[in-house]
Amino acid sequence: MTADNYIKLDFPSRSVNEGFARAAAAAFAAQLDPTMEELGDIKTAVSEAVTNCIVHAYPDTLGKITMRLRIIGGDTLEISVKDTGRGIEDVAQAREPLFTTGGEERSGMGFTIMESFMDKLTVRSKPGRGTTVTMRRTIERRPRR
Amino acid sequence: MKVTANYSAGRLTIHLSGELDHHSAREGLGEIDQLLDEYMPRDAVLDMSGLTFMDSAGLALILKTERRMRRSGGRAAIANPARQPSRVLEASGIERKIPVIGGSRT
Repeated sequence: MTADNYIKLDFPSRSVNEGFARAAAAAFAAQLDPTMEELGDIKTAVSEAVTNCIVHAYPDTLGKITMRLRIIGGDTLEISVKDTGRGIEDVAQAREPLFTTGGEERSGMGFTIMESFMDKLTVRSKPGRGTTVTMRRTIERRPRR
Repeated sequence: MKVTANYSAGRLTIHLSGELDHHSAREGLGEIDQLLDEYMPRDAVLDMSGLTFMDSAGLALILKTERRMRRSGGRAAIANPARQPSRVLEASGIERKIPVIGGSRT
């Protein structure tokens, strides 16, 4: 499917960029005229995906995170967050609620939140090579005021 | 995120404001720990009315605070979450572990 509009952002895995990434995603998503609630859902899902890269993909180093956003079919936002870090051995286990390898500073609810706030979530990962999380959310068209 | 608090009759109300994510959580947790050390309250209330954003890092902060209060024989609660933090609380099912008072429900 061809994209109506797209952006690509590369940034290092510094935690200060969590806030930047979700603000950038919200700014891009604004052209779909989302509700405040939809915008909040998008920001939350982006925050979870980017934080996973920072905490799990590059635990002891700084690495590159690539966030791509595109609008497809006029009403759907696709978000992909890619790293070239450690990768996930067992994706099914990582997606289980409350599973975490991040200690007590993490809740193990990141994937659960991404799943419940987005319409679709796919995770592709190769140990030692990196992980790409792709999410889609359709924004319902509202009558113009 | 900013952390402020007031104490009255065994209850410590901890006001969180701004954005609570992984970046801000570590410092926030340290500040909350210090406040709990200082006041040793019977009840700790995390007032989220000033919180404009929260992700799962907030859940970890809540769970850690709740665990610490429970271990010392006290109680913890969440108060007044706005809409976006409320949706994260609801998606997590955390309300089965800690009471949520007031706030914006979806």
